[in-house]
Amino acid sequence: MSEITPEVVRHLAGLARIALTEEEVARFTGELSHIVDAVAKVNEVATPDVPATSHPIPLANVFRPDVVGETLDRAAVLAGAPEHDGSRFRVSAILGEEQ
Amino acid sequence: MDFDRALELFEPVLGFEVHVELSTRTKMFLEAPNVFGAEPNTAIAPVDVGLPGSLPVVNEQAVRYSISLGLALGCSIAESSRFARKNYFYPDLAKNYQISQYDEPIAFDGEVEVELEDGRLFTVPIERAHMEEDAGKLTHVGGATGRIHGAEFSLVDYNRAGVPLVEIVTRPIVGAGRDAPELARAYVATIRDIVRALGVSEARMERGNLRCDANVSLRPHGQRELGTRTETKNVNSFRSVERAVRYEIQRQAAILADGGTIVQETRHWHEDTGTTSPGRPKSDADDYRYFPEPDLVPVVPSRALVEELRAALPEAPAAMRRRLKAEWGFTDAEFRDVVNAGLLSEIAETVREGAAPFQARKWWTGEIARIANAREVEPGSLVAPQHVSELIALVESGELTDRLARQVLEAVIDGEGAPHEVVESRGLAVVSDDGALLAAIDEALAAQPDVLDKIRDGKVQAAGAIIGAVMKAMGGSADAARVRELVLERARG
Repeated sequence: MSEITPEVVRHLAGLARIALTEEEVARFTGELSHIVDAVAKVNEVATPDVPATSHPIPLANVFRPDVVGETLDRAAVLAGAPEHDGSRFRVSAILGEEQ
Repeated sequence: MDFDRALELFEPVLGFEVHVELSTRTKMFLEAPNVFGAEPNTAIAPVDVGLPGSLPVVNEQAVRYSISLGLALGCSIAESSRFARKNYFYPDLAKNYQISQYDEPIAFDGEVEVELEDGRLFTVPIERAHMEEDAGKLTHVGGATGRIHGAEFSLVDYNRAGVPLVEIVTRPIVGAGRDAPELARAYVATIRDIVRALGVSEARMERGNLRCDANVSLRPHGQRELGTRTETKNVNSFRSVERAVRYEIQRQAAILADGGTIVQETRHWHEDTGTTSPGRPKSDADDYRYFPEPDLVPVVPSRALVEELRAALPEAPAAMRRRLKAEWGFTDAEFRDVVNAGLLSEIAETVREGAAPFQARKWWTGEIARIANAREVEPGSLVAPQHVSELIALVESGELTDRLARQVLEAVIDGEGAPHEVVESRGLAVVSDDGALLAAIDEALAAQPDVLDKIRDGKVQAAGAIIGAVMKAMGGSADAARVRELVLERARG
């Protein structure tokens, strides 16, 4: 059994900046538990001799040289912005901090 | 609480996360230029702004730099290393996640030797050094303070987003005691020296190339378990790192001595008041929901590459200090002043450019440090070593007097160009052309006709009045020694 409790759901919703009603919290507690339990079945077949997979394709060391290429025009950069001041994106003030 | 009292009651434990921006030509995962000070949002490729369908590709040079830095920190280099997504919602990254490393960092288990002011060595244990991308720059608008609280909105420039970073994380540092604040400063200065010696970063704190988060916790003497820590951000000079650690030790000691508890949180350093204020409660690693980055494949550095980079490592800063002290012939006190002022690499570079060591020291610890102090910036941010060396050469060759050289220095600092350009554009060169000097001397002698007689009577110091008058007439640009010679010749003749 997974350990998805209503508190966990509220915490995750907070991290994801999603407002949930109490009804939704109850519903997602059940649904997420099902999903997590389903994924947890992997544990039953994964034995210690199976190495962890970090990527589905067995490739490593895909690099590019340190050479400047094309950049976007600023108008194109800002084209998708809901709000901007002509040079920078404008966003609501968020009580938080730079990471 | 008084610092001494705090240390009687508690043992401080430190930890640092230092972010180093690598000076690659392009960003970590895309081919946009890695530039400082460009017009907002002009150094952007699709990955920077999280455009759908855009995919990151790792910059090979950034990996090489990261491995070199890891080796210089005495770390082991991972056989296989991978990137991870660190998920968080904040507009400094458009993707809603930062590509970082989590369980498989490129470098781990190192140590750095840090020298305190009195020459004692302290070993700082390094847990890991991992690769990641920098975030964009937010400007908070509105509100009285320009800080986050009270801001009405924020403006975002993504030029810095995606710039390659190496984050160097220490293990808990115990045993520093009352040296903790000084060790904090010395540690960050040592990291700067290391990355500069490697040439992997410009490491200018005032530009944010090198940023330090300082973790501080206290525990009663003799207790094994670590106390609750705070993480102070926004400490962007060596001096503030020292002050912030000292402040946190005193603040936490007062709370604990009063029976209170420390909240695990990030705190912001305020340079103006010399205090910290609470930010948000510190997230647990779980809250970032790290998972392996699906858009990138692992980095598996060949042992041949690691050995090639190891062989190319420059001299370690501690060893370099010992060598330079011997080469330069400074006294213990002189050398310590240089190290404590954080000017070792500036002076070393100036000497490499051809200046005499004592001249390089005189300018950096004198005039340049004075101006830096007045402007509250690091001396190294004001002027390039090759310009200082050029200035010294102009004084040595007699083209500039010390006084003129100080004027030229100010002009160079204010962006008027290299010293020779300033001399030319301002017409500042010393006049040692005898014709021009004699004309001025004769004019001065005409106004003070008794001077020559005084000199002939043996009062050679009377020449000073003429030298002063000539200097005044020529705006300080006369070669004083030559004027003196000429005046004495006139007296003889």
